[in-house]
Amino acid sequence: MSNKKNTVFLILQDNEDARPIIEAVEQDNPDANIQYQPGMVRMEAAGRLLVNRVTVEENLGREWDVQELHLNLISLAGNIDEDEDKFEISWH
Amino acid sequence: MPAKKLNLRKRYELLTRGMGWETTYQKMDDVFPYDSFEGIKITDWDKWEDPFRLTMDSYWKFQAEKEKKLYAVIDSFAQNNGQTNLACASYLSAIKLFITGVTPLEYGAHRGFAHLGRHFRGDGARIACQMQAIDELRHAQTQVHTISHYNKHFSGLHDPFHQFDRVWYLSVPKSFVEDAMSSGPFEFITSISFAFEYVLTNLLFVPFMSGAAYNGDMATVTFGFSAQSDESRHMTLGLEIIKFMLEQHEDNLPIIQRWMDKHFWRAYRLLALVAAMQDYMLTNSPMSWKEAWDVYFVENGGALFEDLSRYGLKMPKYHELATAESDHISHQVWSVFCSLGNATGFHTFLPTEEKMDWLSEKYPDTFDKYYRPRFEYWAEQKKAGTFEYQKGLPQLCQVCQIPMVFTEVQTDPMQISYRVTEHGGDKYHFCSDGCKDIFEFEPEKYVQAWLPVHQIYQGNCGGPTLPEVLDWYKFKPEDSGDYIGSKDYQRWQEWKGADKKVKQA
Repeated sequence: MSNKKNTVFLILQDNEDARPIIEAVEQDNPDANIQYQPGMVRMEAAGRLLVNRVTVEENLGREWDVQELHLNLISLAGNIDEDEDKFEISWH
Repeated sequence: MPAKKLNLRKRYELLTRGMGWETTYQKMDDVFPYDSFEGIKITDWDKWEDPFRLTMDSYWKFQAEKEKKLYAVIDSFAQNNGQTNLACASYLSAIKLFITGVTPLEYGAHRGFAHLGRHFRGDGARIACQMQAIDELRHAQTQVHTISHYNKHFSGLHDPFHQFDRVWYLSVPKSFVEDAMSSGPFEFITSISFAFEYVLTNLLFVPFMSGAAYNGDMATVTFGFSAQSDESRHMTLGLEIIKFMLEQHEDNLPIIQRWMDKHFWRAYRLLALVAAMQDYMLTNSPMSWKEAWDVYFVENGGALFEDLSRYGLKMPKYHELATAESDHISHQVWSVFCSLGNATGFHTFLPTEEKMDWLSEKYPDTFDKYYRPRFEYWAEQKKAGTFEYQKGLPQLCQVCQIPMVFTEVQTDPMQISYRVTEHGGDKYHFCSDGCKDIFEFEPEKYVQAWLPVHQIYQGNCGGPTLPEVLDWYKFKPEDSGDYIGSKDYQRWQEWKGADKKVKQA
């Protein structure tokens, strides 16, 4: 296994529902690269990307179920680790 | 005090464990007759886990919400005559190819997963497959509902399922999905969930739906992204099933590697149609096929296989060739459609000057050298009124069923790539080593292929002349031929008033 960290990504629809999630990703993953493409937002990072429930809730101003992510999800790459508090994508 | 709400992990566990049992009235092998003949060894189905841990109540809740959003958009699209906001009506050729070529694939996937949802021995895997079966049916239905609005205004959208079973180029997706459906359950899921959905589906949906957004097609963006939200779950299922099979027994590795090699190549060949859609049919393309290939296959697929290398799984065979071909296939496939444009259910059109400049920029090593002269030559012929469609029918590859159009891109890009083998005293022809290998491993399967050109010559497709065959396809005369001058074109000019402007000028 090389030391180079491969890119993981998460793509969401570019809409109001996704905005607080995108902002949370920016806050929790300072090195993430956020690309706005027609109709969608692609967030990529080296090795690992985290969506943190608490951060999303702070942005949203209400309780947020991590599985609500499904509603605006377009695509992703990496192994998923999901529970009540986070949605994390990584390559081993 | 109300009972404490169970956590996600626990709820998922309760849903997917203990719903099945060791049968006693009947032998387990009789109850699940299909999950052992392929040679995949499973020692503990309980090791199966869906990382999304989606329970039935959440599934219904989220799917219902997706549907509400989608149908609200479809209604407003129809009420506001959204079709008039397209970049150009010629863009709809992509939608026509989509509804006839991809929507029936979704339905095929629905049938396949419904089968797996009954026949896998593990309850966790069965539930994941049942959800996916419902998803795939939803995709087929929402695509039909969305595109039915275009059917009120444009040609070529009236009978996709009839055409899927008959039309020469639609046998490409049909043979792909039916190859998977006629395999065992583990091969099916490797083909559809992993090779197609995980490794390649981003190439179909992401640039294409982003392309729809780029061309004012709000309806397609919406169903596409609604479907894609399920697709993320399917991709994850695909990766999990591969890891699960590889972890269960070391004997599974060579079987999975062979399936991976086969279905990567089959799915990749099918996507040649998407390459043409992306580079030529979209009026404005957000990214080229080659760019999408580099991002979604070379980079992302590379990361995926590096991750799986700890199990001994290697990159699929001939992936280097697929990458080398990414400079060529969209141009080659669109050329075929243009040269047989009197027999397609969508309109063809030569690339505009603007489009050709974009293609030169995106394909600096190949477009000007090999493909621009061809399109310019045809444009001159059209201007002079001497252009003719191909009179003969093309030779097809026995496996992918695409006309023999691909070339030796690594040695001589102007030389058609031909491969041939003999079986049972007959010769069989292929477009590539990838397709030839697939045939040679299971020749008895592929000698039965329903090749549209052979079927026409055998008299099974409505008659010996082109109008009879097209009638048998249920193509109407206004469905085929050049976009310029077509009914779609005329309608578009009326809406946009472009004729008036031209007259004034």
